[in-house]
Formats: sequence, C-alpha cells, structure tokens
Amino acid sequence: MTKQVEQLEQVVIRFAGDSGDGMQLTGDRFTQETASFGNDLSTLPNFPAEIRAPAGTLVGVSSFQLHFADHDILTPGDTPNVLVAMNPAALRANISDLKPGATVIVDTHDFTDRNLKRAGYADNPLEDGSLDTFRLHAVNLTSLTVESVKAFGLSRKDAARAKNMFALGLLSWLYGRPVKSTEEFLTRRFATNPAVRDANLAAFHAGWYFGETTEGFAVSYQINPAPMKAGTYRNVSGNLALSYGLVAAGVRSGLPVFLGAYPITPASDILHELSKHKRFGVTTFQAEDEIAGIGAALGAAYGGSIGVTTTSGPGIALKSETIGLAVSLELPLVIIDVQRGGPSTGLPTKTEQSDLLQAMFGRNGEAPVPIVAPQSPTDCFDAALEAVRIAVAYRTPVMLLSDGYLANGSEPWHLPDIETLPLIDPGFATAPNHETESGDRAFWPYQREPQTLARPWAIPGTAGLEHRIGGLEKADGHGNISYEPANHDLMVRTRQAKVDRVADTIPPVEVDDPSGHAELLVLGWGSTYGPIGAACRRVRQLGLSIAQAHVRHLNPFPRDLGDVLRRYDKVILPEMNLGQLALLLRARYLVDVVGYNQVRGLPFTASELEEVLTTTLKEMSS
Amino acid sequence: MTTDLTPSGLRDVPVSDVQSSRKDFTSDQEVRWCPGCGDYIVLAAVQSFLPSLGLKRENIVFVSGIGCSSRFPYYLDTFGLHSIHGRAPAIATGLATSRADLNVWVVTGDGDALSIGGNHLIHAMRRNVNITILLFNNRIYGLTKGQYSPTSEPGKITKSTPAGSVDFPFNPVSLALGAEATFVARTVDSDRAHLTEVLTAAASHRGTALVEIYQNCPIFNDGAFDVLKDKDEAAARLVRLQHGEVVRIGDREWVHDAHAPNPSQAFEISRLDDGTMAQVPIGIFRQVSRPTYDDQVREQVHLAKSREGEGDLAALLAGRDHWTVAE
Repeated sequence: MTKQVEQLEQVVIRFAGDSGDGMQLTGDRFTQETASFGNDLSTLPNFPAEIRAPAGTLVGVSSFQLHFADHDILTPGDTPNVLVAMNPAALRANISDLKPGATVIVDTHDFTDRNLKRAGYADNPLEDGSLDTFRLHAVNLTSLTVESVKAFGLSRKDAARAKNMFALGLLSWLYGRPVKSTEEFLTRRFATNPAVRDANLAAFHAGWYFGETTEGFAVSYQINPAPMKAGTYRNVSGNLALSYGLVAAGVRSGLPVFLGAYPITPASDILHELSKHKRFGVTTFQAEDEIAGIGAALGAAYGGSIGVTTTSGPGIALKSETIGLAVSLELPLVIIDVQRGGPSTGLPTKTEQSDLLQAMFGRNGEAPVPIVAPQSPTDCFDAALEAVRIAVAYRTPVMLLSDGYLANGSEPWHLPDIETLPLIDPGFATAPNHETESGDRAFWPYQREPQTLARPWAIPGTAGLEHRIGGLEKADGHGNISYEPANHDLMVRTRQAKVDRVADTIPPVEVDDPSGHAELLVLGWGSTYGPIGAACRRVRQLGLSIAQAHVRHLNPFPRDLGDVLRRYDKVILPEMNLGQLALLLRARYLVDVVGYNQVRGLPFTASELEEVLTTTLKEMSS
Repeated sequence: MTTDLTPSGLRDVPVSDVQSSRKDFTSDQEVRWCPGCGDYIVLAAVQSFLPSLGLKRENIVFVSGIGCSSRFPYYLDTFGLHSIHGRAPAIATGLATSRADLNVWVVTGDGDALSIGGNHLIHAMRRNVNITILLFNNRIYGLTKGQYSPTSEPGKITKSTPAGSVDFPFNPVSLALGAEATFVARTVDSDRAHLTEVLTAAASHRGTALVEIYQNCPIFNDGAFDVLKDKDEAAARLVRLQHGEVVRIGDREWVHDAHAPNPSQAFEISRLDDGTMAQVPIGIFRQVSRPTYDDQVREQVHLAKSREGEGDLAALLAGRDHWTVAE
C-alpha cells in the first residue's frame, strides 16, 4: 500500500503516560532519532516529583515534549500538534493544551470504567464526542504490543511494558525517523537480558509496521533536515553539557576537578555524570549534607583542585555560610544552582528563576559573588567553563544559575574544537612575595595582583608559603587577624572592587535589533532566551521592530548595560519570578524596567510573550 | 591479637631532610587564650611533638572550626585554615581526599564537634578519612561566654541554664565508637607525656583518629577535671589503657585489646565513667585497620586511568550518538 507523504516545516509532539510508562525514555529516543536525521529540535520533559505516583492518576502523569523543524528553532513549542496518551489520565492532563485539529493517539487499553473514574472522567471521552475536534487514533497499543512479543516468553506484565517502544515505532514511521540509533540503543541497554531486548526490538518494529500497514494512518509526514553550520553535532541536555563543561575546565586548567554534592532534584544528574569521568581526574564526593558538599569542595580548592558543588535553591540556603567563608578566604570555588520552584521545598521538578536574589545577597555581611547564567542547554557547557575561568582568575566563589528547564531540556550541540576552548591558568604561588623590613623574604597571602586584585593561590605542599587564613577579618597584605576599623573598611571595599573588576573581562551586551530603530528592548537572563527569541521573531514577522538582549553575567553586569537600557524608550523584562533582575536593574541604573512575570513552574511560551510584546508595542505607538 | 596497622597514616607525606624543632612550628602570632587555659599546654605539646614526625612542614595542615580551641592553627607555622562552626571535618575530608601527600589535622571543641558539627564528625569517622581529629573537651562553651555544651553534666547551672541543664550529655568516646571510628583515644591536657604518646599513635594511624582531650577552661568551667589532676585522686580514678596490658579495676581484670575487630569491649570500657569520674579510662580504646575513604577514592581514579587511559575530551564530548553536517 503506497501512502501519501505530506511535507511539514515543523511538528510538536508530546508523549504522555504514567510515570512508570517510560515516557522520558521514549521521548529521549525519538529525540535522538530526530537529531541524527538533522532537524533542529528542542525538548521539554515534565514529570512529577514522585517516582511512581499511583498508577492512572493525574498527579502521576509524566510527559515529554519535542519540537523539531526544518529550520532553526528556539523552544520546545507552545502547543503540541500530536499528543500520544498512554492512559485516560495522560489524555485528561494534556488535552487542554491542544488546539482543534491536533492529532491524538490514544492507547485504549486502560480506558476501563475504573481507570476513567480514577482520571476523573464521568464518560469515556473516546466515545462521547468530546474529542471530535481532534484527529483521533484510538488504538489498543498494549494488546498489539503483547501480541507482537508473544514469541519471547515474557509474562503479560513484562510484555506490556514494551508498549512505549511500540508507540515509538509508530511515531517513528509517522515522521520518517531513522531507526538505527534506537535499535542500537535497545541492543545495548538490554544486552544482559536477551528476551527483554528482543521483545523491545520486536515491539518497536511492530509499531513501525502497524503505521505502515493499517488504514487508520493514511498519511505520513516528512520534515526536512534544518540547514546547520558544518560540523559534528550531538544532542545534549543542560545538565550533561554542564557536566562536560566542568570536565573540560579540568582538562584546560590541568587541575583535578573535585565535586562535593548532596543529591537534590534537579541537580543530581551532574553528580551522576561526573562520577563516570574519573579517568579525567574528576573526583566526586557524595556528602552527608549540603554543607559538607560545599565544605569538602572548598577543602579541595584550598588544596589546588577545581572545587565544585552542585545543588538547587534549598541547598544554596544551607551552603550560604560556606560561600561566605570562600568569599573571605578568596579561594576559587564554583557553586552550581539548578533552580527550581520555591520557596522551601517548593516544586522540585519544575523550573523557576527563583534564586537570583539569593545568589546575589544570600549571605551575611558584604559578600559579593560573581554570577553567570547560561541561556540554553548547550550554553551550559560554555557557562561552566566561564564560571571556572572567573573563579580561578579572581580567586573567588562563582555562582552559576541554571534551572530545571535548561537542566532537562535538550537541543543539538555543535561540538566545539577543543583547542579553541579557553585555557585556564591556575597560577599557583610558588615563592615568597614580600620583603620584610628586616630584608627577609616572606609570604603574604593577601598581597594582591594589581590588575585583578586577586590574591595568591598558595597551596599546601609549597615550601616557604606556610600561612594561616580563616573567616575572621584579615589585615590587608599579611593576612593576620585584624579588627582594626579602617582595615575592615578597606577589605570590604577591596573584595567588592575585585568582583567589580570581573567586568573588565566580560564582553559588551549583544543587542539583536535587525531593523536598527527599535524603541522597545526586551531583556532576559537564563533559560528565557528561547521563548523570548522565538517571540521576537514572530513580532518581527508582523513587521514590527523590537530589540532583544540577554544578560549572561548577572554580577557584575557588563559595563555597557546601563547605556544599552537607556537607549530604548521602554525596556520589558520577562522573568519566571516576581521581578528579581528587574529589581537589581532599577536599583543599579535607575531605569524603569517593566517586568512580565509568571511563576507557574513552566517556561514561557513564545505565543504568550508575542502577545505581551505586541500589546506593549501597540500601547507605545498609541 | 596482633593486627596489621600498616600502612602508616603518614605513608604518602614527604619527609623532611632537615631536623626541625619546636621553634620551627611556632608562628609569629601572639597567642590569645585566657591565662591558665588548657589550650596552652596542648599547643606546647603539639609544637614540641610535630618535629618528631619528621615531615615536611609545608605538607602539614591544621583545619579548625569555631571556638576557643579553633584558634589553634594560627599559632602553628604550618598551613592552617580556620573555618566556620562545625564544618572542619567536611573541609578536611575534601582536602585529605584530594591530596594524599598532606598530613591533615582537625582541631575542634565539644561544641564545635559534637553540637553544630555533629553530623560531619560522625560521617568523617564512619568513612575513615585519613585525618586526625583533636577534640578539646572543656564541657562548656567558652568563646560565647559560658553556656552549657553537649558534654556538660546534667543539672549544670550556666548563663543559659539558670535552673540547671536538663540536657543529657554525650560521651565522645562512646559516640566515636558507635560511629565506626577506627582510632579512638582520650587523654588529659595536664599529662604531657601521655598526650604526646597518644598524639604519636593518632598521627600515624591511617584513617580517622579521634582524640578526646580533657581540657580545663579556667574562666567558665574551672576545675572540671581537677579530680583527675590531683596526684592521689588521679591514681584512684584514672584507668590507663595500654594495648596488650592488664587493666585492673577493683576485683575485675582483663587484657586490653585495642585491636579487637569488634568494638564492644572498647565501648564497655568507655562506659566505665558513669559521669561521676570515679573511673575514667584514658589511652587508646580502639585502633584497628580499615580501608580509608580517601585511599579508595584515589584508587578508583587511578584504576579508571590505568584501565581506560587518560580521558580524551573530544571523544567524550562527541559521545556515541553524533552526526556530521557537511559543508
């Protein structure tokens, strides 16, 4: 049977099921197939904090959204064109995000009275006409799966578990995805269990053939590869890219990397990933608590390692005192905060730009810390290197603010040429640096480098540099304890000046204003880059002018930021918080930055920002 | 009964080729403890004892927390890190794990180690990180001017307990044994010979060595250990533990086995003092060999490198699933 093939520019697919249905894995594999096909893509996993919430309930629904296209895209998409729902709860939890005309593929197996009731349906939506505005494919995926794997002697329950691979096979056919990477993956993953391996492969193939042969699917779709710069690519999530950035920082500095961490969502994957890379001289320490995680990292930094700690908002709260100690000791340290919804335990698996003010001010005393925020999953790699560069060059703790959306979202990554990555010179102190009045050579731990104001990094084991440092105020230069008023004033100002000087080494703000005469600037930081960028493109397609700038260094700001802000009639700043960067900008530059704020645990959609921007432009012109 | 207690805790620390003296280990900082403080005696003992280790001075690091005793590092001409309250064991864990060539000491007090830092203390001991912890126990908060501590006796009247403390105290030796420590000892600030003997054994122990030092605070808890310092009283009250030697208390006697794999006997001995100090065991309660955390971590890194070779960054970044876009 020859089927019609329809050409599309882009598609948004959402896989949804119980948290035990393997939806994240299904999404990952579809993403990998799509990446290797050469589409541009962006993904958004969305899952509950509970590992296995009660089966069939709305709270237990886990989903994975993927946007792929024949052109460059910036977000995982606003509304799915296709929803794959593995049970009634998955249908009910997601159906309202779809527009009429969308395709809905439903596994009918669990549409029993009991499960419908559990999902909150009074009537069966497959039969009551409520899905009439959609292109509905109601298929008993589970039964088809069980049938297709009969030969492998699995229990019915185990056989049914392969239904996600059946669904993946069907979708792979529908969108003409290359299947080799999934076949290889399944072969690898279940290498020790041949029956399960063969069943998953069989279910995957059966799903493909089902699409090809059944009349229910009359059309398949083609989405051409996106034009991309020549080079080698892979798909990466933010947490993976961030981990690689830290490994790369070790390689480019020649120093061992020491991660001290306590498990916390959504940062734990960095601990898991780094624990695999011992051959790069990476040591991971799973500490007894958040405080010990950063304490050990600081101890390792004192000994000459790149000390790193990874956590999320609640962990930062616990680490605050040690960050303050690192400010006082003036040792390099990288603190990675994968932000999530707060306050308190908040929304562990959901994203939020929750901690900018905590990163900025969450310590006692005047304790400035440079802050870097990546803008996309792949940018997490470069941001990690940048954080290490600043930490080492300025002998200071540096905060890196990622978030749940960047951490778990993924996109294609144009692999960097290793030789072009920045080199990081630890510049350890090797000899006494001061001549005393009596003419002896001495080591002064707080004698600074005039350009950066950085103090020497003098690691134990270096003869002649024995010295004592601590959290008590130190005298300028020789570093002995000092309670002298003028000295404290000097040291507080010097520590601030040192962090301010980081701005000497950061690039000016890049403003994207194709028309060159925009009057409205939309500013952002962190993970909002994608939706803001996508919204700006849409606004420009409407023939309107708008300028976009994204702030990567949040402390200190780029030197020209104030001038950039003042250049525009109006500055609008979307943030997934109640206006934390806006507060800093208004205080610093006395510019009337207008916030657009949502804290729903989800990233902005391009369409809502498009609406906000066009409305603002209309108001400005009237 | 013999246990192989090698390798030494100092195995990987470079040895000095010059003879050093107490003076070499004395920093130029003025010591700022109160007159009569037991810390002076311990400092003098440590300064005098360190040269006997024969190590390169620059490879010795003292890490402390907060409290009177935590000022200790400032007065030693080694590397020193005066950190924050309770966290010294965590900081020392990172340092010792990342640097096998360092001789790492933690100096702490009863409040620092057993109250605010209790968690880090027990986890350092169970992991058996190669560090030596000197726990100065004066049974009071000194630097905050006289509140009861986690080792203060029940009913103690202090600034924060005018009606008497209703907290039940820790026995630090029992706690350490319960936390799987491989080296646990107790000594007294006033007995310099005993202090030095215990410190020597602790320094050469591979793993976490916990040494509780009874130390007098002349300002806020003066005389807390006087009954152990009076010659006659001490003879009756102190139970001196020596591995392999007979211990006699009343009509009981046994051979002390600090190397016993099972800590039960050591724990029983630690309970001899019921809080009245009628019988106070001092010396090494337990000294056994167990693989250390830091050695095993370094071994895993070493193995990964020798099995798989040094990491190839380009290959790591490319991963398994990559694709190429042509010009």
